[in-house]
This record gives sequence, C-alpha cells and structure tokens, in this order.
Amino acid sequence: MKRILILGATSAIAAACARRWAADGSHFFLVGRSADKLSQVADDLAARGAGLVEAYPLDLLRTAEHGAMFDRCGTLFTQIDVALIAHGRLSDQAQCRRDVGAALAEFDTNATSVIALMTGLGARMAANGTGTIAVISSVAGDRGRESNYPYGAAKAAVTAFCAGQRAWLGPQGVHVLTIKPGPVATPMTAGRRLPPLLVATADRVARDIVAAVDRGSATLYTPWYWRPIMAVVRALPEALLRRLPL
Amino acid sequence: MTAGDSARASDPSRADAASWGRFPGPPQPAHDVYWRAQVPAQIAALRERFGGTLAHGNGRSYGDSCLAASGHVIRTTAMDRFVAAEWARGRVIVEAGLTLGQLLTVCVPRGWFLPVLPGTQFVTAGGAVANDIHGKNHHLRGTFGRHVEAFGLLRSDRDALRCAEDENRDLFRATIGGLGITGVITWIELRLMPIGGNAIEVTNRRFASLAEFFALSHALDASHEYAVAWIDCLARGGASGRGVYTIGKHAAAQIAPRSHGRLRVPMTPPVSLAGGLSLRAFNAVYYRAHAATRRSTLRHYEPFFFPLDRLLEWNRLYGPAGFQQFQCVLPEADATLSSRELLGAVAASGRGSFLAVMKRCGTAESPGLMSFPLPGVSIALDFPQHPELASRVFPRLDAIVRAAGGRLYPAKDAHMSGADFRAQYPSWERVEALRDPALDSRFWQRVTRS
Repeated sequence: MKRILILGATSAIAAACARRWAADGSHFFLVGRSADKLSQVADDLAARGAGLVEAYPLDLLRTAEHGAMFDRCGTLFTQIDVALIAHGRLSDQAQCRRDVGAALAEFDTNATSVIALMTGLGARMAANGTGTIAVISSVAGDRGRESNYPYGAAKAAVTAFCAGQRAWLGPQGVHVLTIKPGPVATPMTAGRRLPPLLVATADRVARDIVAAVDRGSATLYTPWYWRPIMAVVRALPEALLRRLPL
Repeated sequence: MTAGDSARASDPSRADAASWGRFPGPPQPAHDVYWRAQVPAQIAALRERFGGTLAHGNGRSYGDSCLAASGHVIRTTAMDRFVAAEWARGRVIVEAGLTLGQLLTVCVPRGWFLPVLPGTQFVTAGGAVANDIHGKNHHLRGTFGRHVEAFGLLRSDRDALRCAEDENRDLFRATIGGLGITGVITWIELRLMPIGGNAIEVTNRRFASLAEFFALSHALDASHEYAVAWIDCLARGGASGRGVYTIGKHAAAQIAPRSHGRLRVPMTPPVSLAGGLSLRAFNAVYYRAHAATRRSTLRHYEPFFFPLDRLLEWNRLYGPAGFQQFQCVLPEADATLSSRELLGAVAASGRGSFLAVMKRCGTAESPGLMSFPLPGVSIALDFPQHPELASRVFPRLDAIVRAAGGRLYPAKDAHMSGADFRAQYPSWERVEALRDPALDSRFWQRVTRS
C-alpha cells in the first residue's frame, strides 16, 4: 500500500501505472484537467482495489493554484510515497516552429508547469524525508532534433531539472526518478505515423515505471532498448545528426 | 493534458484492424476511442468521411464480421476501464474494450468468475456480447448474453441508451449476438459466478470413436461444469473418430499461475506451417498421451480455458494467406449421424482440418435474437486458406449442415451464403430493422444483400 499523488492522472501512462499500484490497495490523489475523465479513472481504480481515491480537477498550467492542491492532498496523506508527474502535450511541431504562442505553450505545459510542481513537491517531501518524485520526461529531450525540438527542448529542461533536484533531495531521503519513454501508443500520439516496431503500449511502460520506483533507479529508459539507441544518438556529432531524418 | 479528443477523431492511428483468420483481407484503418464520451463524435466523423463504420474490439472474430463495410473501424480496446464493481454480490460494470482476461485477473482473486468463457481470454466484453459467445459449459449456463444485466448502446440516431430486459428490450435482444450493427456498445453490466479457488479439476479421457464420444458426453456432461472434446481428423480407417474428451469443474483450491511466460510467433512465415505430416504425428502423440481411463488433475484456470493463448499470434502460423474456421452446430436429434457425415466429408476433402473441437450445446435459451447455439453438438474446424475451400470443400459441408437443420457461426465465418444465413437466422430481419444507419459490417453486407 502506497500513498500516491498523480499529476496528469488521465494520461494513458499514468492510468496504467495507477492500475498496477491499485492492486495492492494503494491510496490515490488524482489531479487532471477534466473532471469527467478523472472520475472515470477513479472509478476504475476503486474497482481494481484502490483503498481511497480522491479526484481533484485542476488545469496544471495554473501554477498559482498548485499550493491549494498540495494542501488538500496533505490533509488526506500524512506523507506522499510516490508523486508521478505525467501530464504533457505533443502539438503540431511544424506550427511550433513559426508560431511564438504555440512554441511557448508547448514549453509551458511540458516544462514550466512541471518545474513548478517539482519545486512545490521538493520542499514538501523533503520535510517528510521520504518518497519518490517520478517525472515523465522523454527520449526526445536527449538531443534537439528537426522533427520535434519544441517538445524536445521542454523535455530536456525537465531532464536537467530532475538531475539537479535528485542531487539536492537524495541526501534528504527523497528520490527523483527521470522517466524517458520512447513513443507510446496513447491519445497524445494518436494519428501520428510512428515506426510500429518502436511504439510501446502504455501498460508496458507502466510496468517499467512501477519497477523503477521500487528499485530507486535514477533514469529509466523504457522500453529498455531506448537506452542503447539513445547512447548512440547522444554520441552523434551534430553535423551528422542534422542530416539524419530523425 | 492529452490531446486527440475530437480534433483528431478521424485520423486512423497505429496498426490496422484485421480479423483473426486474416481472411478475407485487407486489414482496415482503425480509429481509436479512449473515452466513452468520444464515441458519438467518432461515429459521426466516420460516417461523414467514409459513409459508416463498425466497432472493432481485439480482432478475435475469425472472418469478416469484425470488419466495416466502409473500410474504417472504431477500435474500442483503449476503453478498458471498470465503471463500477460490487464485489459483495458479484456485479461489475465494465467498458466494452476490456478483455475477459483482464477482467478475470481482477475478479478471480475476489472469488468471482465469468460464467461463460470462450477459448481465448483476448476477446473484449463488447465482442462477447455482440457475438453472444459460448463456452465449455453451454450445456449448463447457455451463452454470455444470459449473464448480461444491461449494457449501454450509442446510436447515431438516438441519445445514449441503457438496454436491459425491462428497458429498450428490442434493442437488448437484437444487440446480443447482433454482430455490432445495432449500435456501439460502450459498457456492460455482468453477473459473475462465485468460485472457491482458481483451480479447475480436469479429467481427460480418450475415446476411440464418435459413438464413444456421444456416450461419454451423455453420461458425464450434466454433472460437470465444463465439457469439450478434441477429435483427430487425420486418423484413418479404424482409428477415425478417435479423440480426447475433457471435463472440468471448479475446485476450492488455489494454484500458482504458470510461471513460464508466453511465446509469440514473431513473424508470418511465407507458407503455412500448419499442415502435413507434422500434424499427423502431433495428433497421434497427443492422443496416446491421454489415458483410456479417467484421471483427474488440478490445474490453474488459464491453461484449462485458454490453451492456445500461450502462443501469442498463433494465427500467423497459417502464413500470409491466413485460414478459415468452419464452425457449425448440428441439432441433437441426428447429431450422431450428421457429425459423422461432416467429419467424413472433411477427411475425404483432402484439405483436412487436423483437428476438430466438439462440444455439446444445451437447451438454455439466449435473449439474443441471432444467438448461434442450438441444442445439439457444435463442431469447429480450422482450414488453411485455399481456393478449393470455397469451390469444393465448404459447399459440401454447408450442404450437410443445411440438411441436418443446423447453422453456421457468424463470428467464425468468411464463406457462408446469404441464403444459408437468412434461412438459419430467420430473426435477421428484425435485427436489420434495428440496424444503426451509420453501422454496417462486411459480413452483414455479404449475407443480407447477396
């Protein structure tokens, strides 16, 4: 049994993780934009064995309202065992190249709001001296690539923030896990032509995340083959990377 | 903050949807729905762009009943949540895309079981209703539809409906076994069956002839929850009609699930691997591996119900051309004679299915208007796809089924004639009258308009 806070709880990866945690009677505080979807996820978890499920509708871009959300969570949970940050968006990357508003919106959702949440969580969880902050970044954050650098830049910011916070919080008993999935079959990637062999299911990725939280890993590539693939991609000189259709 | 609700509702995503037999092709673009509220917009969008659609679950129908006449299906497998569960009295409401295997992993530890299970756990709850599936206990519990309390139905011409025996009864009965054309099923309320453990007490006994099978079935079916038989279709002469009869009942014991994982057929071989001498040898070994006398063992429910699920995507073994299954039910009165005639015709065809699965169907009536089972015996046969199936083999088998007053199973079918379907399912016109104008399948097009 764990006390679990999920930010972006209606995302397919988050919901798949939550199902696995629900099986042992864990307690959940679910945050997401749509009240209707949140309640459907909450009902699913309750039927699957969750001990307590509270849904808290909130658009996480409203960083000023994060404090009230954390306070409400604090009244239910004496401590947070796992905080999973899972919200994100993948917009039309071609539009993000030319449209300032679109580029900044991509960054706000995927990076700024995540940094705000991690900062709020870091202080609160350090006080308890326990728990894991698990953050869904992406392999896209490892290099800036032609096809999705607006999304990738935001994920790169998250990855760097995670590494620094891990160094700060580790000695205080709080673990930070950076999760880097490859492409996953979720609503976020629906309609995109992705190489079918490299697309994982949300449940597969969730299995790896749940195991990595238990293990206390620092960085998780999921599925596993992204670790060697990205080792090669990270080692490529930019002059070469630029010419590859990535 | 996930995108992809209505804006991208009409873009197909990821792998196309195929039927299990991979015949007839081709696979169709699949439009995923993730939330029940997305379904109406998805139906409307596909109707506008392509003229119609059809709900497609996990693609375990063998023929063309899970393919849309328009060529574009709505895939429901991401709608796989529990809506509610009352574990004290064994009632669950699940979304249509949840597979029965996923449901079992949650309900078995709580002491509940699905009262009807097919031969694979990978079918969705929605597909189980739409095909009114049956299992090894049809002689006692009838079809899946008998255990459905209610379901939610979305139609292009109405608001969301709740269908039950006492509410929208016409649509309730037309949708159970209605092959998906009366609306998109979004949720299903099921009555579960209590169990004392996850184990099945299994007894296998081999038999030397069909007459012996019928004798065993008459003597033992009624006192056992589950009964099924495997017939060696490759045996010749004095050995013909031999097979293994399997019965099982729930046992109040807990057994560890098998520890070894599942295997996957990694690719489609260029030719079918299911044919020839290797199968004759396999059948002989399998037959001799079972005792002539009864012997009971306790087994976990998974290998008992779903022996083939360990080999993921086993349909690939039939090669790129795929395969067809022929499943019929022959009425009780002449079942001994007509089943012998049918198996004789299969053996004589030279395109033989290597094994047949036989099981007795009982008298419990389904609420479904187009439910497949009849009191009698059901026989299922797999055939590697070959042009001779349509020109020579199936016409002969169809004639035997017709003469016996039996019927073919739409969920498995890729060949039956419109005339046979309309004669065997006389209620089809009542279902057609309730068809959603936005929904149509390739099967329905084939059997009602040709």
